[in-house]
Amino acid sequence: MAKVFFTSNLRRHVDCAEAEADGSTVRAVLDGVFASRDRIRGYVLDDQGALRRHMTILVDGQRLRDREHLSDAVGATSKIYVLQALSGG
Amino acid sequence: MARSILVSTRKGLFTVERGTSGWAVAEADFVADNVTLTLHDRRDGHDYAALNHGHFGIKLHRKAPGGTWEEITAPAYPEKPEGLVDLDGWGKPVNWTTQMIWALEPGGADEPGVLWAGTMPGGLFRSPDRGASWDMIRTLWDMPERNKWLGGGADIPGIHSICVDPRSSKTVRVAVSCGGVWVTHDGGATWACKATGMHYGHMPEGEADDPNTQDPHRMVQCPAAPDRLWVQHHFSIFMSRDASESWQEVKAQPSSFGFGVAVHPRDPDTAWFVPGIKDEKRIPVDGKLVVTRTRDGGKSFDILRNGLPQDHAYDLVFRHALAIDDTGDRLAFGSTTGGVWVTEDQGDHWQMVIHTLPPVHAVRFAG
Repeated sequence: MAKVFFTSNLRRHVDCAEAEADGSTVRAVLDGVFASRDRIRGYVLDDQGALRRHMTILVDGQRLRDREHLSDAVGATSKIYVLQALSGG
Repeated sequence: MARSILVSTRKGLFTVERGTSGWAVAEADFVADNVTLTLHDRRDGHDYAALNHGHFGIKLHRKAPGGTWEEITAPAYPEKPEGLVDLDGWGKPVNWTTQMIWALEPGGADEPGVLWAGTMPGGLFRSPDRGASWDMIRTLWDMPERNKWLGGGADIPGIHSICVDPRSSKTVRVAVSCGGVWVTHDGGATWACKATGMHYGHMPEGEADDPNTQDPHRMVQCPAAPDRLWVQHHFSIFMSRDASESWQEVKAQPSSFGFGVAVHPRDPDTAWFVPGIKDEKRIPVDGKLVVTRTRDGGKSFDILRNGLPQDHAYDLVFRHALAIDDTGDRLAFGSTTGGVWVTEDQGDHWQMVIHTLPPVHAVRFAG
């Protein structure tokens, strides 16, 4: 299962401890995490399900390419970091 | 008579209360977070606070009487149809995501728990259950006229004023920057643009008086005489005597430019404004912070300055940052430089509550 780590800045607002979920894409893994903790979804994704403008995701050190559909591939032991982007100031 | 004021700021929500020695900050919530707007629902005592977390989006919180703040559902846009080309009046793609809660109002007295929310980029929402869920009013959103709406005060259009008519909860008026005033008489099934008479002074002929691109900065309705509405518009002040069917321009000194407007709850001829030098500067005239008040329907204005800074004051008062209580005697406003002032005599005298808050987005009387 892929492991998902959320920026510590989010913990002030919503319960988002490290989590694990199955899936072959970032979308699938995050949907797995959000299934039990739906409140996080709106902090990371916008109303259309795209990555929020000033957020970024790293998959095994690589920056997410598909910010709209989150179709980037994820391996069975991947580590996914959900972070705020410096673009947000 | 209101004894409590909710002050929304860039860095938290501050509750100002009237004690025996005057007004003072009594409580701070959401400290360091961007609180953009609040609502105190007099029908059931619930408070609501809208937050803009920047990176993490727009959130809504609610507090029951005597309770604590809890996050509830924020209005969210429906799924954008695949392949739909949806452009605003500038020709820019519209992002179907809540980017600001710019209006929060209770439904009518006969609709307990009903709330209305106006948002950027222009969506209107209704909640039947104190914000537990929200329905977008698609009839307004799906009108082709929306694609002419422009950003005003922000890069994208937004609904900042919602007036539920005290005579019928099915009649609702919303004001849009920049999209004029829209009215429904059937609870949102159909809408009509009602900004005839509003105009810009600097736009080309044919564009200046297009009702659907007017920029009303703020619209208020007199509760006791609901045919009367006041608008602080980008270009000037406008007033309607016929329930928004037509609007007449009102000129004030030292300026007709500003953002906020308050109307007396029982006297429709009495209204207050906080003027500034027009759009390219947006600071008080001559560095003197004043409030203007008309008592005769805009024929004349008093310039109120007693207790307000008159030397190098550069305070700007945003559209939701001027408020009036149910008695019509108490008003409060907050500024971009963190000042909050209160009057208990309709503006003849002002008391500075504090001048070191973060920039103030909104001020609202609560209980």
